[in-house]
Amino acid sequence: MEFITQPWAWYVAGPVIAFIMFLLFYFGERFGMSSNLETFCSIGGAGKFVDYFKIDWKQNSWNLIFVAGAITGGFIASKWLSTSDAVLLNPQTVKDLAEIGIENAGATYLPDAIFSIETMLSLKGFFVLLIAGVMVGFGARWAGGCTSGHAIVGLSNLELPSLISVIGFFIGGLVMTWLILPLIF
Amino acid sequence: MSKAEIISWYRIYEMFKFQSFHMYGIIGSAVVLGAVSMFFFRKKVIKTFEGHDIHVKPKKKGMYRNLLGGILFGLGWALAGACPGPMFVLVGKGVVSILVVIFGATLGAFLYGLSKNKIPH
Repeated sequence: MEFITQPWAWYVAGPVIAFIMFLLFYFGERFGMSSNLETFCSIGGAGKFVDYFKIDWKQNSWNLIFVAGAITGGFIASKWLSTSDAVLLNPQTVKDLAEIGIENAGATYLPDAIFSIETMLSLKGFFVLLIAGVMVGFGARWAGGCTSGHAIVGLSNLELPSLISVIGFFIGGLVMTWLILPLIF
Repeated sequence: MSKAEIISWYRIYEMFKFQSFHMYGIIGSAVVLGAVSMFFFRKKVIKTFEGHDIHVKPKKKGMYRNLLGGILFGLGWALAGACPGPMFVLVGKGVVSILVVIFGATLGAFLYGLSKNKIPH
């Protein structure tokens, strides 16, 4: 039981992800998360505005079940399988974050400066969350995939478009982390 | 994902700061093992449980779409500290504010659908 409740090392988590991907393909499905966002649009009636969303979303139902599974898994893991909410970070990371105004880094999974209810209810906090979401959604669909579809499936399949996308992910991520985040807080 | 702290905003920050091997190890080992299974799929050694060949749908080509879309995604990823999978895990964890991010991401996908024909691919 101890093994389950401890945070998993990378050499456990990576193979688990690869195994899940294998199972999905083995059962004739795909492994990809961001396409669900389009499915949500279709379910919400976006097909009335844009033909792009006129799809039979029931074909994607398996991926929606995967979403439901992710939510359930998150619930189970945090409710019963975790002993602590702290994340053991590199001390340098904690120091860097304190310098840009994020205190107590690693005490919980998420920084309050972005995710607390009070932050969410402030104008700036709300827009930070919303804009982050829009960039993820727009970017993922533009690039045709996110971390699962490009970085994991695409790179595994040795695809050039995925390599370009992952390089893009890193350009964007580095610019945000090094240049933009210090300006936000 | 919850168990390996992939859903932690801090882990993503740490990764982009190059201060931890954690995320690189996870993605790297998943890709190496994934590549091995892809190899067996292509050689048709492994088929689906119903006996069909496994074809992994190739990604769409295009320098603009992959690079610019990728950069935009990366900006959002580092800010939200979550990509589309972990967002849902965080819902299960009871993080209310992630719903704003998911709403934004759905809106983003909708906006992409709207402007699809006007942006370079």
